[in-house]
Amino acid sequence: MAGELSGILEHVDRIGELDLDEVAPTSHVVDLENVLRPDEPRPSWSRDEVLEQAPDPADGAFRVPAPRDED
Amino acid sequence: MAELLELSVAEAARQIAAGELSREEYFEAWRGAAAGDQLNAYLWRAEDGTAAGDGPLGGIPVAVKDLFCTEGVQTTAGSRILEGHRPLYTATAVRKLGEAGAGILGKTNMDEFAMGSSNENSAYGPVLNPHDRERVPGGSSGGSAAVVAGGLAPCAIGTDTGGSIRQPASLCGIVGLKPTYGAISRYGMIAFASSLDQCGPLTRDVTDAALLLDAMQGNDPCDSTSVGIAGGVEAPTRTDLEGLRFAVPAELAHDAIEPGVRAVFEQTLKRIEQLGGEIAEVPLPHAEHGISAYYVLAPAEASSNLARYDGVRYGARAEGGDDVVEMYEETRAAGFGDEVKRRIMLGTYALSSGYYDAYYGRAQQVRTKIAEDFAAAFDRFDFVVTPTSPSVAFGLGEKTDDPLAMYMNDFFTVPMSLAGIPAISIPAGTAEPEGGGPQLPVGFQIAAPAFAEQRLLDAAYALEQAIDG
Repeated sequence: MAGELSGILEHVDRIGELDLDEVAPTSHVVDLENVLRPDEPRPSWSRDEVLEQAPDPADGAFRVPAPRDED
Repeated sequence: MAELLELSVAEAARQIAAGELSREEYFEAWRGAAAGDQLNAYLWRAEDGTAAGDGPLGGIPVAVKDLFCTEGVQTTAGSRILEGHRPLYTATAVRKLGEAGAGILGKTNMDEFAMGSSNENSAYGPVLNPHDRERVPGGSSGGSAAVVAGGLAPCAIGTDTGGSIRQPASLCGIVGLKPTYGAISRYGMIAFASSLDQCGPLTRDVTDAALLLDAMQGNDPCDSTSVGIAGGVEAPTRTDLEGLRFAVPAELAHDAIEPGVRAVFEQTLKRIEQLGGEIAEVPLPHAEHGISAYYVLAPAEASSNLARYDGVRYGARAEGGDDVVEMYEETRAAGFGDEVKRRIMLGTYALSSGYYDAYYGRAQQVRTKIAEDFAAAFDRFDFVVTPTSPSVAFGLGEKTDDPLAMYMNDFFTVPMSLAGIPAISIPAGTAEPEGGGPQLPVGFQIAAPAFAEQRLLDAAYALEQAIDG
């Protein structure tokens, strides 16, 4: 995979040759403003429904293996 | 029965609404057709039920790409990491199809997380092209294209990030429309590259594409980037192209295009002129850098979006991780396929400190230049036209060892995605593949300014009538 990634980056490197001084970046084509909604509680899924999706639910929470002990 | 399946969606909906056709009989006929899938195009099929609602799509079965969340129905995004996943909610686009009277016929196979141009990146095996089962259907909405082209569904929806609706539509010989970014809500569409992803229809004709688009478009409070198409879209009726100006990118002359594809393209330009349209060359000097910019921006966004698959809240978890970090690592190693891993690595690299400006920053600037090229073209022209794909459908396995060659399939479709503008692929004819063999479909791409979907569909319809006539 290393060789494939290098090949792709080599192709991508061609944009380095373009003169892009003073060009504004586009992160998004739609003019977006922050949209705020009123902070009002709304109905949501129940905890049980959400936990049913989890690979390892326990005691009303998501269970994961313990973090490694760092000395 | 066979006659039932040949009705266009628009005609079937009309007959159902008029009481001339039983919706149960129609849905059952399509269920039977879907059951005969030999293309590996479906990942799930509805075993019962019908399309019960009334509305413009009353009684119409729709095949849905497995990237759309469907409540209680498995949604895998073509990935092992979501095997058996049953979402708690339904994507807005699918919900709106339901409100228009349509019902889900099945969920279609796809490249994992929509990353691919051949459908060979699905964890559930490749989809086969209905015209030649030794060849790919295109991707990433390959299942959706194959079911429509193969007579396994009357219509389908897919998603397009860099060509994933248009390219498979082209390779399978059907109509595929990528609407303007923001036309249809992305809520419930599993995210790949959020600034590019857009839902759209894959249909047998332009009229059906307009019907599905109208049902799905609109603002949605659950997606703040969705604005909808003001006034919606109506069924196209235009039969000429008088007074319309079509731009052909000047750079096209030098691009690598199969001779057969080029011949169909040139023949289609002649048809445009016969219908009264004007054709001229226009420079799109930055379009050739679209692939470079796209394969920085899309993987960068994907590397962030896919961080959520960690084996904790939903989806699959790999066994055997001794601590939480090992669990994440093993879950992702086992759950993601090679192409997804490749793009996550590319994306994190492009975003990393020291490389950000050279890759992500510059790619965003190239995106600006590409959008400016289109804006300049649309000052003088109504449309920009290209072949949809540089080749007809290629053989299974032919490009899997060369990711860059695979990416080049998106050469003509990526620039429109980066600019956020709408583009449609319509079947324009057939060509012999390089190396010989039976004739295969060739698509013709028409792009229009943002939110000019009605004009785009009208022109595509006029051209479609001329090609079919």
